[in-house]
Amino acid sequence: MSAASYTYAVARPFDPTRAAGLVGVDGAAIHLVRHQDLVAVVSPLAPADADETALRARLETLAELEAIARTHHRVVAAVAACTPTLPFRLATVHRSDDRVAQLLRREYRRFRETLDRLAGSVEVGVKIYVQHADASAGAMSVAERPRGSGSARVGRDYLRYRREQRDRRQHAWRRATAAAEQMDAVLAGLAIDRRQHRTQSAELFAAPGENVFNAAYLVDAGHAEELAARARRLGAENPHVTIEVTGPWPPYSFTGSEHGERT
Amino acid sequence: MMEQGLWHERQGASPNLADILERVLDKGLIIAGDIKINLLDIELLTIKLRLLVASVDKAKAMGIDWWEHDPALSHPRPRQLAAENARLRKQVKALETGTLKVRR
Repeated sequence: MSAASYTYAVARPFDPTRAAGLVGVDGAAIHLVRHQDLVAVVSPLAPADADETALRARLETLAELEAIARTHHRVVAAVAACTPTLPFRLATVHRSDDRVAQLLRREYRRFRETLDRLAGSVEVGVKIYVQHADASAGAMSVAERPRGSGSARVGRDYLRYRREQRDRRQHAWRRATAAAEQMDAVLAGLAIDRRQHRTQSAELFAAPGENVFNAAYLVDAGHAEELAARARRLGAENPHVTIEVTGPWPPYSFTGSEHGERT
Repeated sequence: MMEQGLWHERQGASPNLADILERVLDKGLIIAGDIKINLLDIELLTIKLRLLVASVDKAKAMGIDWWEHDPALSHPRPRQLAAENARLRKQVKALETGTLKVRR
């Protein structure tokens, strides 16, 4: 079986020496497939991985998925650092470079329009977390534990304790959500566009609390630092929430046009 | 263009996997549909489905649950039901406020 072509992004042509040494999935070198004033950033998939079941199996293993996802992102980010770039979704694989060229021909106008729209822009990720005052909650501390005799009393105290705990959490959540809305309004005012993402659960990652807000802002590359600084400042001014800023990212969240994104 | 370095790299840490997956799996250019971009003739959707089956707990734990909102992955039936539900609710409301005459 001949090697397949893994496609990372379409971009404006750029000096290929800037991508020299850039390594794609499975350590394969990156090359460019060109059509008029567009290039696709491609690397060959080893014949072993061009086998559909093999690649599928790899994408189902979290460690492998992580490696491929990080490689995909690294290539996209490297290209985006030197030219306007539209990232593809993970695991966009064509049978050959000819098929990639076909795609460029067929979607030429759409790619051009989207590139025009996003040229010079980056995405900044902002996540807002709420800190629960009793993060270690769950069990009562020895000092709080009711000392009264009789199990009825203990039970009542326990229920009261749990109720207060729940109310505190709800209160903190509402306060944080309100703060997030205010911050979002400020940040959206600085951005060209925004997308709200689903909040992330922090189970697998060390996060500074519970995620109540997760959004991406599209900004002119020159203003990314400003928006990030503003977000951090807003976070620092509010004692009830923690802000996490990521990026600048290539404009992953803004590649679909709002009017008629094709799925 | 990204003229600045990446902040997370500047801080000496690579970006959070959940952030990356959120972007590379769920965002980015979608080219399935009118053109069939296949993983060697297996549609991207198949990968999504397989991922869903294989690691739904892990993925969900990372807050990745786009398949639940991906119209390509939801059955047409639930969508029909939702539409019908919405229509019925509207009718009920209209009946309650007396703005709708019951036909027949």
